Amino acid sequence: MKRKFKIFRYDPQKDKKPYYKEYEIEVQDGWTVLDAINHIHFYVDGTLAFRRACRSEICGSCAMRINGKNRLACKTQIKFLGKGTIKIEPLPGLPVIKDMIVDMDPFFKNLEKVKPYFIKYSPLPDEEQLQTPEEREVINEAAICILCGACTTSCPSFWANPDYLGPAALLKAYRFIFDSRDEGAKERLEIINDRNGIWRCHAIFNCTEACPKEINITHYIKKLQNLAVNSEF
Amino acid sequence: MEIEKYYHKSDALVVGTGLAGLRAALALADAGIDTITISKVYPTRSHSVSAQGGIAAAIAHASDDSTELHMWDTVKGSDYLGDQDAIEMFVNEAIETVYEMEHMGVVFSRMPDGRIAQRRFGGHSRPRAVYAADYTGHVLLHTLFEQCIKKRVRFFNEFFVLKLVYREDGVVSGVIAWDIRNGGLHIFNAKATLFATGGFGRAFKITSNSFANTGDGLALVLREGLPIEDLEFVQFHPTGLYRLGILVTEGARGEGGYLLNGKGERFMKNYAPEKMELAPRDVVSRAIQTEINEGRGIDGKDYVYIDLRHLGAEKIKERLPQIRELAMNFVGVDPIKEPIPIQPTAHYQMGGIPTTKKGEVTKDSQNTIVPGFYAAGECACVSIHGANRLGTNSQQEAITMGRIAGEAMAEFVKKADLFSIPEQAIEEAEAYVRKYLEGNGSVRPAELREKLHETMTNKVGIFRNEKDLSEAVKEVRELEEQIPKIKVEDKGFIFNLDLQEALETENLILFSEIVAAGALNRKESRGAHYRVDYPKRDDENWLKHTLAWKTPEGVKFDYKPVVITKYQPQERKY
Ligand SMILES: Cc1cc2nc3c(=O)[nH]c(=O)nc-3n(C[C@H](O)[C@H](O)[C@H](O)COP(=O)(O)OP(=O)(O)OC[C@H]3O[C@@H](n4cnc5c(N)ncnc54)[C@H](O)[C@@H]3O)c2cc1C
Ligand code: SF4
Ligand code: FES
Repeated sequence: MKRKFKIFRYDPQKDKKPYYKEYEIEVQDGWTVLDAINHIHFYVDGTLAFRRACRSEICGSCAMRINGKNRLACKTQIKFLGKGTIKIEPLPGLPVIKDMIVDMDPFFKNLEKVKPYFIKYSPLPDEEQLQTPEEREVINEAAICILCGACTTSCPSFWANPDYLGPAALLKAYRFIFDSRDEGAKERLEIINDRNGIWRCHAIFNCTEACPKEINITHYIKKLQNLAVNSEF
Repeated sequence: MEIEKYYHKSDALVVGTGLAGLRAALALADAGIDTITISKVYPTRSHSVSAQGGIAAAIAHASDDSTELHMWDTVKGSDYLGDQDAIEMFVNEAIETVYEMEHMGVVFSRMPDGRIAQRRFGGHSRPRAVYAADYTGHVLLHTLFEQCIKKRVRFFNEFFVLKLVYREDGVVSGVIAWDIRNGGLHIFNAKATLFATGGFGRAFKITSNSFANTGDGLALVLREGLPIEDLEFVQFHPTGLYRLGILVTEGARGEGGYLLNGKGERFMKNYAPEKMELAPRDVVSRAIQTEINEGRGIDGKDYVYIDLRHLGAEKIKERLPQIRELAMNFVGVDPIKEPIPIQPTAHYQMGGIPTTKKGEVTKDSQNTIVPGFYAAGECACVSIHGANRLGTNSQQEAITMGRIAGEAMAEFVKKADLFSIPEQAIEEAEAYVRKYLEGNGSVRPAELREKLHETMTNKVGIFRNEKDLSEAVKEVRELEEQIPKIKVEDKGFIFNLDLQEALETENLILFSEIVAAGALNRKESRGAHYRVDYPKRDDENWLKHTLAWKTPEGVKFDYKPVVITKYQPQERKY
């Protein structure tokens, strides 16, 4: 079946400003958007650039805007995108480097601010620290975030204010604060209990809708807000 | 056209940010060594993130177990080609590695009493796989990345390493890389360089591997006239999603999944009556391919089923959530209700850059060390996996050997001098990108890759023979002659994916000749290397490692003995 793609193009070395270019290609049954743009890049227009690695929804490279929504290209089946032209653009809210490639540094810098690593001050046992399946369950979903950026870049609060830590960084904070083994809750809460932290979330739910891993991010941010209000820190 | 050059110096360099590279970087950071870490993708995009099923260690939580048993299973799994001194060290360190990762915060799946859970995996005689549902690689890689943030590891992300600097005096003094984001050559000069560049699955049409797995490290080493070990041993994982090759973890069989042919039979009873679906991968992949070749695929086609339905919805959702999602999204099958169509998929390279047990790269049958050069993870060959790797042993190897190599480098750089980078190396690297940016070729990289895929998949696959392999060697050489004709349409400096793929395609073609020639050369069947014309293992002539060099006259071979300490080779039955 033939399908049309309208793709955002911008190469700062040669283009004064971004433009859209249309491609029409034959797509096969079962193709994802990634298969289609790979095909264009391989056989039609070698100058088209985008990130991808695993092509199986786990590395987080290929988040982009597809028909106006942040999605993973490798997870998006073409047959579920209706009949019309498919529009492909970079994630919003981050500087564009070229075509679908955005500068993820601001995203990762925000992540780094929340002490996104396990913190333990007590001595460690020789073997594992115990954690029951129930305790683990509390953070299980948050721990499988693939850092694709679809959530943070769908958030109007982030667009308005790039200093806002954003849902992905807050989710990471949740993942450690609510880890039964971790001892860094207080120092992390001090960082996120802030205008540019948990309190900038107005529960718009864009992030949760955008998340390709279907993580209920807003719910976890709410839990952080509750903790901040109720804790004795 | 001006290509800018940038110069960097550090004590240590780590190329690759998968499990092996990140663990090495942490070891170096812990030792206070000034280190630069380079990767062509953001660390969390590295292929290790896709690993699903688990990481092996004989912590004996789900049954009795011991390091001796882990060693025995690994030796037998390797079809006796694994070096037993390395395996013995590995199984002991493995336990430490698991607890250390837990101490860094990994969310391993747990038993009701809070201890780490374990599951079964092929070729392991005990439930030995430590896991986090079916996204074990993800949680391991992200945890190492988090620790690197904590320890302020210096990353150069999205830099493509295109030259290993191997000096005439036999010392490695760094690498030269292309800045993918901005263009420009970066010259990294260091006392010690580690390659942790991962696997080469992208040489095949159907593969479980990420786009980045183009065996760059192997090609760079071959180009400098250094040898590669045992590259003919390619693991085909039994269960890739039909037509796509995306992995369905062996954990699915570990949890009790069945393999069914077109007649609805659990055909493994005819191949491995005792271990059934949990025989090692080489055995299961050959069984599936035989069923397909003999017309017993589903509807006579080239796939069979993995059936999980009897495990029940709850277990599938809890233990195999990613598999369910992948099956639903990619082949439209919900494993709770229907069996999943699968076929074998190119998965893992057993061979690689030859190293000692400390990760030091060696260059001949005497194990002469190349000063300043280290390798770890899938790109390296210690050899722990011999002719066939057991599932869950490779994440374990990547982390354990990453740590050991990092520690060895830390010791080394304290005493070593910094050797300069010869001007000629920089000129070579520059000419290398210039030929694409200024050239006027006519063949798209994808066209060459497609031809390579046909050759490697059809002629260097699960079942091999003299005729196919000779043709394959010839065809790969013809492809190599086409390299100067590669067309790079994008002439820009900024995120030139076209250029990157040209460089990767060149690398794929380069090492593929070694795979095909090695397979042609080895006239026996052992582990994953199966010769229809030599169906028996031949210990008298072939109980030895292959070393292969690329020379203008073709591939040159030499051999080195297998280290045998505890277990003498015997017939391998499952
Ligand atoms: C789908 C799948 C599932 C798996 N499941 C399991 C499992 O359950 N258990 C198990 O034990 N093993 C499993 N494996 C195998 C295991 O995941 C890999 O062997 C292991 O993760 C390899 O780690 P690594 O660090 O060596 O390489 P990788 O993680 O592949 O990392 C390679 C790194 O090198 C960098 N690099 C490469 N070339 C260049 C270059 N030219 N310039 C700059 N950087 C470069 C890349 O950017 C990347 O960072 C699985 C493999 C696959 C494909
Ligand atoms: S929370 Fe979801 S959308 Fe956000 S970065 Fe993680 S996986 Fe992506
Ligand atoms: S390519 Fe890895 S998530 Fe899409």
